[in-house]
Amino acid sequence: MFSFIVSRLLQALPVMLVVSFISFAMFAYVGDPVAIMLGQDFTEAQRQALVRELGLDKPFFVQFMTFLGNAIQGEFGLSYRLSRPVAELIAERAPATLELALCAAVIAMAVGVPMGVYTGLYRNSWLSRFFLTFSLIGVSLPTFLIGILLILVFSVWLGWLPSFGRGDVVRLGWWSTGLLTWSGLKALILPAITLGLFQLTLIMRLVRSEMMEVLRTDYIKFARARGLPNRAVHFGHALKNTLVPVITIAGLQLGAIIAFAIVTETVFQWPGMGLLFIQSVGAADIPVMAAYLMMIAAVFVSINLIVDLLYYAVDPRLRIGRGRGH
Amino acid sequence: MKAFFDSDLWWSFTRSPVTMLSALVAFICIAGAVLAPVLAPHNPFDLASLQLMDAFKPPVWSGEGDATYPLGTDDQGRDMLSAIMYGARVSLLVGFCAVIFSTTLGVVLGLLAGYLGGRTDAVLMRIADIQLTFPSILVALLVDGVVRAALPREVHDQIALFVVIFAIGISNWPQFARTVRGSTLVERNKEYVQAARVIGLSPLSIMRSHVLPNVMSPVLVIATLNLGFAILAEATLSFLGVGVPPTQPSLGTLIRIGNDFLFSGEWWITIFPGVALIVMVLSVNLLGDWLRDALNPKLR
Repeated sequence: MFSFIVSRLLQALPVMLVVSFISFAMFAYVGDPVAIMLGQDFTEAQRQALVRELGLDKPFFVQFMTFLGNAIQGEFGLSYRLSRPVAELIAERAPATLELALCAAVIAMAVGVPMGVYTGLYRNSWLSRFFLTFSLIGVSLPTFLIGILLILVFSVWLGWLPSFGRGDVVRLGWWSTGLLTWSGLKALILPAITLGLFQLTLIMRLVRSEMMEVLRTDYIKFARARGLPNRAVHFGHALKNTLVPVITIAGLQLGAIIAFAIVTETVFQWPGMGLLFIQSVGAADIPVMAAYLMMIAAVFVSINLIVDLLYYAVDPRLRIGRGRGH
Repeated sequence: MKAFFDSDLWWSFTRSPVTMLSALVAFICIAGAVLAPVLAPHNPFDLASLQLMDAFKPPVWSGEGDATYPLGTDDQGRDMLSAIMYGARVSLLVGFCAVIFSTTLGVVLGLLAGYLGGRTDAVLMRIADIQLTFPSILVALLVDGVVRAALPREVHDQIALFVVIFAIGISNWPQFARTVRGSTLVERNKEYVQAARVIGLSPLSIMRSHVLPNVMSPVLVIATLNLGFAILAEATLSFLGVGVPPTQPSLGTLIRIGNDFLFSGEWWITIFPGVALIVMVLSVNLLGDWLRDALNPKLR
């Protein structure tokens, strides 16, 4: 177990190093931070002072180490666009994105798993066919179009739900939550559905194919032969054994949810990190982009690590030598 | 030509009505886009022909529409049908070029990794692994963002189209590289390759004329499936406002522009480009699915 964790950590390390190197290269070579920070009028002495202050006169390697040290402490300097500390900006926006991503993941699991079980059990019923067609559309529809269609139907035509923003938020310490107010919950519905729909179809298809595979195995036939009721066979035996890959994929997809949150947040003007990032890309705001890149990389690496460990914990076969690896 | 009509591929094509329909739809989309300058009823970029009087005309069947603008007009009086045809042109161009770019890059690197093995293999596959940790749309966004920041604005506006193609293409090569590497590892040890090595051919020409033709068929399938993805990625980038320049609006750009008018009731400005995008991607994806099943002997 211990050696497994260590080897995984050792694999994660180069990823983080490469990503931080790219971030640093963006800082160092893209655009001229000195020119951007000084503005129009400056003297040569002021320029020299700023270069020294930013440490730009030091050797490359020293600069990179300083950058790494600062990054580990969450220090990414000032945003070019908003002239505020990047860490502060991101901390302010993080709760919105995390709440959105979590709700989307919950929707995807809560709806996708039952739909997958149903379509796996009753393969030829018309409802299964409907679900499958629906999932094909869900895969082909781009996220932003789903959002626009939902806005058109539920905000413009029916007028039931708000189309932008987070509604009223409640502050709990440094965390601001929209889950405790009525308007906050209403504002969450459409973005969460938009973000979760793709994952929902993915989970549904995965559960369906896994169910179909498991139902063909001998121990299911044996359970039926013992006269166990359908419910016990389907849920106690079949579903339980499909959950390992489902957990893996769902966990890995959490990262994809955070990435696609960029699109959803733009459609719904949701004040999260994704919107911050896309505004920064538009304005070439390097510090925010670099910080976001590092943070996303950290999130992805830790999710991968946790999923690996979960897999190890759930599937006893992996503990006896890594025979069946996927 | 006769050999083609006798082949298994053609047979399975004629057996699947969905495939034939999607091939027809894809053909109509591509033809409409490529021949837009000939077929489109108006030229949406000819500023002289635009009349602000014609702005916000609804589609023709809603009663208040104008027969010259079958799908209505946008805020500047542009014909939506023509704008969509020209937009699909840009979308398809970016999609095709991005797929060609990532296919070339992926196949070359995959061949090198698989055939040479050793350190080349380890380094290339490690890079692919790292990139695959992130969703490709995020990689495309980041590459686009970095290039955008690195270039001065005037230069960037001129080559924005290439930047988008590069960003989408680079975000997708690992998939090709991995597939090609896998098949190359199998082919490398077969007798014909050994024979070619024995008669003294250089590794480069073995890779090019002996291994490459034998690893190409899965690549074709992935490329088809990737075309749909590339078109969607371009639309997403353009919708986010970091894609193709506004002077060459793609379907994604049209959707973004139309999004501003959703609330004033002009739904057609955003919905029709959206429908065009979905129809195009869906037909390409269905074709790709069919190709994958038809070329996979296990499923026959």
